[in-house]
Amino acid sequence: MSLLKAEDITVSFEGTNVIENVSLTLNEGETVSLLGVSGGGKTTLFNVLSGLYAPDEGKVYLEGEDITGKAGKVSYMLQKDLLLTHKRVIDNAALPLVLRGAKKKEAREAVKSHLEDFGLGEAGDKYPHQLSGGMRQRVAFLRTYLASEKAALLDEPFSALDNITKSSIHRWFLSVMAEIKLSVLFVTHDIDEAILLSDRIYLLTGKPGRITDEIIINLPGDKSERNPMSREFIAYKEEIIKKIGIL
Amino acid sequence: MTKKFQSIINKGAPVISLTVIGLLWLTVSEGGIIPSYMLPSPVEVVKAFVSEFPVLAEHSAVTLQEALYGLLLGTALGFVFAVLMDRFGFLYKALYPILVISQTIPTIAIAPVLVLWMGFSMAPKITLVVITTFFPITVSLLDGFKSVSAEEINLLRSMGAGEVKIFRHIKFPASLEQFFSGLKVSASYAVVGAVISEWLGGFEGLGVYMTRVKKAYAFDKMFAVIILISAVSLLLMGAVALLKWLSMPHKRKSNR
Repeated sequence: MSLLKAEDITVSFEGTNVIENVSLTLNEGETVSLLGVSGGGKTTLFNVLSGLYAPDEGKVYLEGEDITGKAGKVSYMLQKDLLLTHKRVIDNAALPLVLRGAKKKEAREAVKSHLEDFGLGEAGDKYPHQLSGGMRQRVAFLRTYLASEKAALLDEPFSALDNITKSSIHRWFLSVMAEIKLSVLFVTHDIDEAILLSDRIYLLTGKPGRITDEIIINLPGDKSERNPMSREFIAYKEEIIKKIGIL
Repeated sequence: MTKKFQSIINKGAPVISLTVIGLLWLTVSEGGIIPSYMLPSPVEVVKAFVSEFPVLAEHSAVTLQEALYGLLLGTALGFVFAVLMDRFGFLYKALYPILVISQTIPTIAIAPVLVLWMGFSMAPKITLVVITTFFPITVSLLDGFKSVSAEEINLLRSMGAGEVKIFRHIKFPASLEQFFSGLKVSASYAVVGAVISEWLGGFEGLGVYMTRVKKAYAFDKMFAVIILISAVSLLLMGAVALLKWLSMPHKRKSNR
């Protein structure tokens, strides 16, 4: 059964459609990428899926329940980590639990039980400004996970990082994802990243943005074994580049 | 080596400049370049301060009380104004110009009016302090609230937070830095405001003392009380700095 489902979403801004008739599904445990050029309506779509904005047309369902325009159901992570500078790492990650009414102490305990798994063992008592960009994104991802243990929307979460940090955080991401049961919809404009991390890829192209294709990534072995230099990997890359129309 | 030398210079600079000014003062007055009835020497000022200490202490207690009450009320009022103006756009548009205009009216001009309305008690003094202190608080808090980005607000909304929680978890903490800058300015205004309002009517307080010694041409006492007023202002500003240190643990050096 599909966990998160969007049906015929259309959003217009000042009379012109930004995205048109976008439908997609996210199944349990899947990582699905939404690939497209910048400014193609990806962020608009995410704002709708997270319930921050109601679409002009269409519906969003979570486990069959209509959540169109309802915030707080699906969690959302952005390119900027947006960690609160005045809170320690542990309290930053605990924020969604506290907002939902958990006691501070219980929320901290819940965070502590995950710090190790998220590679943040020593960082709990630090302030965000004491951490590197990669570590801050880890904290932001833990916060996102605690905000909703079902489905998370990640909006170019690693695109602000340099290449070396990025590839180490990809390995980290895959190892964390293997431990937790989180379904992730992932926006990116990095084709390698999309192939590396996803089970499926949606292509969002054109103006207004529409989903023009869906590519199922079928590479042998575990995701952590995917090699961007392999023949199959490059074949996928060529297919995507052709379909987006940049070749 | 040069770096160490540089840091000694930096730390010592204010001490050196103060000492130079003190020495200059001492030579000019003790050397008879300026007659002592116009500029008392530092020694005379210290003597006056010691002999007048019991009286000064009594008056400072009154002034400090007015300044503190006024500052507290002004801060509370500034907070309420800032929150309402941030929440309701039309209030911001309606009140902001009035607030700015209110600040262009000289304190000296309002004080006698307040005395006429409220008498010689503490009330007009506290009111004047409130008027002078709440503006920096309101403006600094408003700036602080506005420093929060739409993305941060959206993030909290995506976690299901409403206006109150957004205020508590991001807007208010984000405004603390600016708030304390405003409070520091207000704290110095508070003492000056209280003294000015005492000049213009009252029975006790450092301002009243000042007008009395002025009439007696007691320059040594005059200088003693001026220095005391500065000291009281510095004390209040120090208290603000301490409060900031206590309420913003993430800004402490040990957490850098």
